Amino acid sequence: MAGNTAAVDERLKTESFGARMMKRPELGAFAGVILVTIFFLATADPAMFTLSGVINFMTPAAQLGILAIGAALLMIGGEFDLSIGSMVAFAGLFFAAATVTFGLPLTIAIPATFVFAAAVGSINGIIVIRSGLPSFIVTLAFLFILRGLSLVGLKLATGGSTQLRGVRDATEGDWLAPFFSGDAFGGLFLWLAEQGWVETFNNGTPKVPGIPVEILWFVIIAALATWVLLRTPAGNWIFAAGGDTNAATNSGVPVRRVKISLFMVTACCAAMVAIITVMDAGSTDARRGFQKEFEAIIAAVIGGCLLTGGYGSAIGAFFGAIIFGMVVIGLTYTDFDQDWFQVFLGGMLLIAVLFNNAIRKRVTGER
Amino acid sequence: MTDDSKFHHGDATDAAPILEMKNIEKHFGNIIALAGVSFDVRPGECHCLLGDNGAGKSTFIKTMSGVHKPTKGEILFEGQHMDFSSPRDAMEAGIATVFQDLAMIPLMSVTRNFFMGREPTIGSGPFKRMDVDRMNQITMDEMRQMGINLRAPDQAVGTLSGGERQTVAIARAVHFGAKILILDEPTSALGVRQTSNVLATVDKVRKQGIGVVFISHNVRHALAVGDRFTVLNRGKTLGTAKRGEISPEELQDMMAGGQEMAQLEGSLGGTV
Ligand SMILES: Nc1ncnc2c1ncn2[C@@H]1O[C@H](COP(=O)(O)OP(=O)(O)OP(=O)(O)O)[C@@H](O)[C@H]1O
Ligand SMILES: [Mg+2]
Repeated sequence: MAGNTAAVDERLKTESFGARMMKRPELGAFAGVILVTIFFLATADPAMFTLSGVINFMTPAAQLGILAIGAALLMIGGEFDLSIGSMVAFAGLFFAAATVTFGLPLTIAIPATFVFAAAVGSINGIIVIRSGLPSFIVTLAFLFILRGLSLVGLKLATGGSTQLRGVRDATEGDWLAPFFSGDAFGGLFLWLAEQGWVETFNNGTPKVPGIPVEILWFVIIAALATWVLLRTPAGNWIFAAGGDTNAATNSGVPVRRVKISLFMVTACCAAMVAIITVMDAGSTDARRGFQKEFEAIIAAVIGGCLLTGGYGSAIGAFFGAIIFGMVVIGLTYTDFDQDWFQVFLGGMLLIAVLFNNAIRKRVTGER
Repeated sequence: MTDDSKFHHGDATDAAPILEMKNIEKHFGNIIALAGVSFDVRPGECHCLLGDNGAGKSTFIKTMSGVHKPTKGEILFEGQHMDFSSPRDAMEAGIATVFQDLAMIPLMSVTRNFFMGREPTIGSGPFKRMDVDRMNQITMDEMRQMGINLRAPDQAVGTLSGGERQTVAIARAVHFGAKILILDEPTSALGVRQTSNVLATVDKVRKQGIGVVFISHNVRHALAVGDRFTVLNRGKTLGTAKRGEISPEELQDMMAGGQEMAQLEGSLGGTV
């Protein structure tokens, strides 16, 4: 035994690249993207995979994906948040009221919205941690509380209406506005159009005026979340907190702090989506974010998150959200009835859960 | 029964204790798990905590490592009054523990488990990240020192054998135990070679001036490394004895809660 410095243990079969990838949590979602792409390549109008078609399905994917990444982090940390959909409406109301009713500039309104959302998220977290109740039930309560408050608040702010308009006028010309609304890289696309490299309208303007900012945020947030999970101590704490609260606490992981922070992050993701969609629409209403909590959790599960916590990935949620966008929008490019969407959604969820279960057994060596 | 041992036993009884526990009581609702236990650990000694199942050993060491707050009693760490509010506090003070349930997370890799809560980082500012290469290297090295050659540091702990898992927990505590190392039945799942490795490690660590608290049901293991022996019974101490002041037979009787073991031992041929 002595002097055994061999780098590779003889009890270890060399694993093919494929076998190693099989153990990654995001594999299922990645395979799903490929399958869905093949499906729509076969059935949909080819316009779906042109640049404007891709932007078309990536935009809803991004809006959902930002929520899904937050939900995935929280699920890996062992908790759920069913209130994120209502949080989108509530943060949207806060943001719209800040800009329209109080006339605040975006430099104040946007940070204030994030702080507000984080505070609400921390209330969720503190109740869950202090009471030891399942987060499922606590955040279910907040699903209704926040949705109701959004309605009541909207009526107060508008004098009886459930829609608050005028956000676009209020934020026009603000230097922060381009970061949260509209399209990025407009100049680049104009130049590409001049070169004749992208499709143009007859008057020479490009059909795709730029990349919608939410897609950029989606990519940035996915990259950031992946970095945190895989390369930072905080990521290790998230996995540990979700894997076994007791063992993590006893090993010195500040589990409470980690979990409450995750609730705050999730709420901030909801606030991000609220700000982007409210600025895009120029108004907010009480149905904003309706049922997004389920879609976000489904995207996270498709992305490889276990319902029991401690396992999953942000990249997986990224692909899970893309699958979502492709299916919702893709069906409009086909002859299928759009209501197949729900069937598809349920089917994907079921397959993903079965698949994740099998993967987990592989990883933990359960037989 | 041996009390010869190849280990050099420290005579550290004069040094001031690193950790002193005074009249610790711990109640869980109406259950009294500890009814006033006093105990201390000095630098460079191995203090064995012995006792029957349910005597309160694990509960007691959990009050040392910040898991439980004692209901009553005082903890002095290096002479100062100490109030650990979490295991993290105790760890930062230099107390590392191998819990009876090991506190490992099956879905995480060996390396991630090893450094859980105390990850070394490189870089600064937003680029601060875990030093994954060093973490893997240290994990493999520390495990090899304990006599286990891991296949790969990224293997999930859930796929390790029971003894391998226990060894990860021990190696982790040894690596991080700067002042006090607490081992709650560390050898219960280990093979012969790994057991003697653990006992040798206890000896090595002790020589570095670290205080070791060692819980075992095995008199031979306890006698092999222990400098002092405290016996717990039904939440109380039956007393503390120094090495050499107590015979293995007496110790064994005390561990069984003072009940006669002689007959039983006789019928088993003295192998318990
Ligand atoms: N969290 C708890 N709630 C209620 N009772 C507890 C709790 N933890 C321990 N006890 C009780 O305290 C007593 C001491 O338990 P402890 O785990 O400390 O025993 P032990 O000496 O470590 O035993 P063993 O040798 O079997 O590990 C037991 O009777 C147990 O039922
Ligand atoms: Mg015990």
